[in-house]
Amino acid sequence: MIPTRTPAGARRRPRRTLAPYAFLAPFLIPFVLFTLAPVGYAFWQSLHRTERTGGTFGRTHSVFAGSDQYAAVVKEPFFADSVLRVVGFALVQIPVMLLLALVLALLLDSAVARAKRFFRLVYFVPYGIPGVVAALMWAFLYDPRLSPVVDLLHSAGTHVDLLGPGAILWSIGNVVTWTYTGYNMLILYAALQAVPADIGEAARVDGASGWTVALRIKIPIIRPALVLTGVFSIIGTFQLFTEPQVFRSIATSVTSTYTPNLAAYSLASGDNYSEAAALSVLLAVVTFALSFAFLRFTSRGQA
Amino acid sequence: MSILTRTDGSHAPSAAAGRRPRAGASTVIAMVFMVLIAGYMLLPVYWLLVSSTKSQGDLVTTPGLLPARWHLGENLAALFDHQDGVYSRWLLNSLLYAGAGSAVATVLAAAAGYALATYAFRGREAVFSVILGGVLVPATALALPLFLLFAEFDATNTFWSVFLPSVVSPFGVYLSRIFAAASVPDEVVEAARMDGASEFRIFRTIAMRLMSPALVTVFLFQFVVIWNNFLLPLVMLQDERLYPVTLGLFTWQSQTSRLPELQTLTIVGALVSVVPIVLTFLLLQRYWRAGLAAGAVKS
Repeated sequence: MIPTRTPAGARRRPRRTLAPYAFLAPFLIPFVLFTLAPVGYAFWQSLHRTERTGGTFGRTHSVFAGSDQYAAVVKEPFFADSVLRVVGFALVQIPVMLLLALVLALLLDSAVARAKRFFRLVYFVPYGIPGVVAALMWAFLYDPRLSPVVDLLHSAGTHVDLLGPGAILWSIGNVVTWTYTGYNMLILYAALQAVPADIGEAARVDGASGWTVALRIKIPIIRPALVLTGVFSIIGTFQLFTEPQVFRSIATSVTSTYTPNLAAYSLASGDNYSEAAALSVLLAVVTFALSFAFLRFTSRGQA
Repeated sequence: MSILTRTDGSHAPSAAAGRRPRAGASTVIAMVFMVLIAGYMLLPVYWLLVSSTKSQGDLVTTPGLLPARWHLGENLAALFDHQDGVYSRWLLNSLLYAGAGSAVATVLAAAAGYALATYAFRGREAVFSVILGGVLVPATALALPLFLLFAEFDATNTFWSVFLPSVVSPFGVYLSRIFAAASVPDEVVEAARMDGASEFRIFRTIAMRLMSPALVTVFLFQFVVIWNNFLLPLVMLQDERLYPVTLGLFTWQSQTSRLPELQTLTIVGALVSVVPIVLTFLLLQRYWRAGLAAGAVKS
């Protein structure tokens, strides 16, 4: 996009006005203060260590520590555990959720589905429910003392402890899937709506089945939207916080360092600001790098 | 039931009409699948509705998915009565954080998006790239750095520590730019200039009006983001009277192992906290669907 070469741009060229800056400033000032500055400050803090001179009650001051805080965080035993946990979570939960969202979007877009408006609305309901409330509801539904779900499983002869160490991660995965499937479905559905109807029609006249049209024509066309949902999901997974935090009070298997974000929060509430800063910077960088790599990887091979 | 009636919005290939007999089986399979998923999506909501009407005793002793003795009125009274009515305080806080926060965020985003769409100026694409980078930084990643920064100025545990960061919506700027480019014609802006209108007046009286459907979307999305925000108030606030409703419910839930009677209050409180947001979504669904569509197609 080279807007300055358009006739409209050329016409406005001579009008050197401060107006655009005046319109941008009210947004940019808080944007700098509350988005860029905190990240910058966290980065600065992650490179420094607090030291006291003159004993326990002496004055504190910051000392440049280079990458010491990063080394310290990476060496913590919780670090590898929590990172591997979210990676495993991402490898299972994201494909399951996106596949479900894609199938639902294709069904809603196809001729076979009925009552589309109703289903679209129902699938989107969970997204409107605050994450804390969603986690609260599922926490009650998993709680063996209250849960109708556990009762049903029992009467079916299965005895699974949904809050036990083996199952809790997937119980959390279920909450995340429940919350975001409809949201992702809506993005994919919106992209499908933009696919010209006559493309599919022509293929069907040529004898292609509904599934062939979906796999060969629709999915390749909505690929950018699929990539978008993938990136959002990766970002969300590495920031996983609300669900495990809510589950901590009913499941002892969720520790205070269960996910990287939870660990960063625990470090900060333990007044270990430097390590908390190092961990949040690390987390932000890894999230960025992964999303970017995913974008590059999936857009490769596109004409 | 309405499931069997055809609805609008389908751009099904008309050629498929000739194939109707074959479509029978796949329609049944598809419908069974879609109904099952709908059941899954509605199960927790249904459970919440049923449980809200039960007394603490019935909650534990009666089957979870079946209604028991109607106790909703008493539960609601207890909810708003507990700890001197702290729940209504939380609701008001949430309305203030989310309502005022997203209103301010929408105006700021509208102005910025309008400027990026209508003026050609030095550094425009650079500014836009930085803002787009901001879209990719999730709120949870910012909460701790924000806390560290506010702690430096002893400004944590204040209303502003939660309110101010929420007026920034890079996604809103992104949407506003797209909508301003699509809905504010250059000719109209030029004509207004010829008539001697100031740049600010053009924005306020013409552009804002033309962009208004899009601005409803921006407002709604930011409202949901702030209403659902949990980590930022969790790290910033110690004073219970400043809590938004999500954080309040969380503190109640984490005490239920010691105080089981808080279970009923948490459940009813969760139900009440969801009502405003579900209502807003239902009333404004025309707008947010259009917004999502634009976001998905243009990126």
